[in-house]
Amino acid sequence: MAATRTNIMVCGGTGCLATESEKVMKNLELILKARGYDKEATIIKTGCFGFCEQGPIVKIEPDNVFYVKVGPKDAKDIIDEHIIKGRKVERLLYVEPTEKERIRTQHDMPFYKKQLRIALRNCGLVNPEDIEEYIALGGYEALGKSITEMTRDQVIDTIKQSGLRGRGGGGFPTGLKWEITMKQNSEVKFIICNADEGDPGAFMDRSILEGDPHSIIEGMAIGAYAIGANKGLVYIRAEYPLAIERLTIALRQARDMGLLGENIFGTDFSFDITLKYGAGAFVCGEETALINSCEGKRGEPNYKPPYPAVEGYWGHPTCVNNVETFANIAPIITHGAQWFASIGTEKSKGTKVFALAGKINNVGLVEVPMGTTLREIIFEIGGGIQGGKKFKAVQTGGPSGGVITEKELDTPIDYDSLLGIGSMMGSGGMIVMDETDNMVNIAKFYLEFTMDESCGRCTPCRVGTKRLYELLNKITSGEGTMADIDALKQLAYLVKDGSLCGLGQTAPNPVISTMKHFWDEYMAFVKDEDHPRGEGRYVAKNKIGVRT
Amino acid sequence: MIKSLDDLRKIREEHQNKINLRQHSENGMNTIEVLVGMATCGITAGARETLNTFVEELGKQGLSNTKVVTVGCIGYCHSEPTVQINVPGKEPVLYGNVKKERVGEIIEKHIKGGQPVENLVLHMNFERT
Repeated sequence: MAATRTNIMVCGGTGCLATESEKVMKNLELILKARGYDKEATIIKTGCFGFCEQGPIVKIEPDNVFYVKVGPKDAKDIIDEHIIKGRKVERLLYVEPTEKERIRTQHDMPFYKKQLRIALRNCGLVNPEDIEEYIALGGYEALGKSITEMTRDQVIDTIKQSGLRGRGGGGFPTGLKWEITMKQNSEVKFIICNADEGDPGAFMDRSILEGDPHSIIEGMAIGAYAIGANKGLVYIRAEYPLAIERLTIALRQARDMGLLGENIFGTDFSFDITLKYGAGAFVCGEETALINSCEGKRGEPNYKPPYPAVEGYWGHPTCVNNVETFANIAPIITHGAQWFASIGTEKSKGTKVFALAGKINNVGLVEVPMGTTLREIIFEIGGGIQGGKKFKAVQTGGPSGGVITEKELDTPIDYDSLLGIGSMMGSGGMIVMDETDNMVNIAKFYLEFTMDESCGRCTPCRVGTKRLYELLNKITSGEGTMADIDALKQLAYLVKDGSLCGLGQTAPNPVISTMKHFWDEYMAFVKDEDHPRGEGRYVAKNKIGVRT
Repeated sequence: MIKSLDDLRKIREEHQNKINLRQHSENGMNTIEVLVGMATCGITAGARETLNTFVEELGKQGLSNTKVVTVGCIGYCHSEPTVQINVPGKEPVLYGNVKKERVGEIIEKHIKGGQPVENLVLHMNFERT
């Protein structure tokens, strides 16, 4: 039997599956077999490559050739030309939009050049349904090292010194959270992975779970060892069927290998993970609401303190971390705290994954070191604005964040600098808007979202978001007055100050920041009919700026 | 069942071959490239067998600093199968008439020993990069 000489990597992420990558894979298999080359080349279904705009992605290894927008009909050329005869299929290579040049290899593409992949290290590189590939790349060694060679204090110290902060958006130091949970005097503790990714336009966590589920299992097991938990939960949205499927497979494989269960690595540490499905409520991403939902109660937040680290799931100390946070754990244990701390800015270490969406050329998933500027992300990695239009603003932090304009594009991104310019890191959604978007409508879009998603527990949020939305509706329909603008502003701060949890406290942010940066667009609706206001009025639900 | 770090490392070793093709060394500087001409004339002359023998032998001997790549026709149809060996920092060497029987010799002398197999070398009279 001939040894395999080529790996054909086909993206099996949700984005590419939606553009028929499943069919591409099937055709490749059939043609490979028909030509008698199925022993020499293997087809591997991977997780997301991140370059969703250009999907489906097919990558040929070891040649390192990167094909984009591969349709089912292109399978024949890939096999006949590239695999059999060694000729690149020129028309499927990526064309750089500014230079119009065809680029062969992945590392020459501007989209990948500036990226540093830690959390996404295996996405697009391994078959997520094969634990052996994860192990072959050094997987589970960090877990083995932690529980056989390190004490719990040492693990927590390493994470503390690395400077890792919560990637869900809050930015609370992970090591500190672990330490607080560890110090609780309780027989029973829990570790929970927050995979309730609810921001519109965000898909970082989904891609990690789909592309590299074992990295989450390993990170959770290390965390469980450190805090002294024997049971973990992954709270995952039921709307992520593929992520659930891959995670379920990964959990089964890990159990079969003895990496989950009793006496892991022959020690007295035992740990297992179960899945809890969320029903899609945005507020359940808030940790106390998430815990309530896990317990089968209504997904409503509690008053803090007590924090979950003290009194969480069924009253026991519970540590809740985000998917991306867990994905960073194993590399920190393997390469050391110093290595991780050497990446990023003074107060924000490591990298951050962002989901680029909106009016940008390279819609997709990117991971960059903290301290990269927004300009680099949008114009170099993201390839600039679609259709040669002018950049207007970018919304970070989803509905909880704010807009950032041209003049602040050179701010190096970290948790603190984004807060400083009136937005926030959030979980990593980044929605880019061009000159044709109307900012009052953008604010209204986000308010409609938070109004729908408000759980109704506290009055400022339940009634406040509704009234904010009504005011915005009145203004954008051209019937608003200056009194409405005043009321809007006052109410925004009232909701911000008076709400119980993060959802309400941040819901008015889009209004506050658009008022700050785009006051003239508000004025245009109130005072001046002819003032340029972008793309017409807001009419349809859930669509931004449909022309009337 | 994995009961120790050693068990895990054993599994890692066993499955290393699954992902070898996808690992590119950080700078690519130390990789020896084996380019096999796989155009129609090459295939007819037995390039596929040559290619597979390379892959198999290099794999068997655990020479992980090598990479076998298929390439197109370079116009030396009279001497197919053609194989080019690129050792970092040295001039590329082009071989002609590399039937699968000659593969072992090239691996032994050139890839491992650093000495080209003179009687197979095709001397090129044009610039190559």
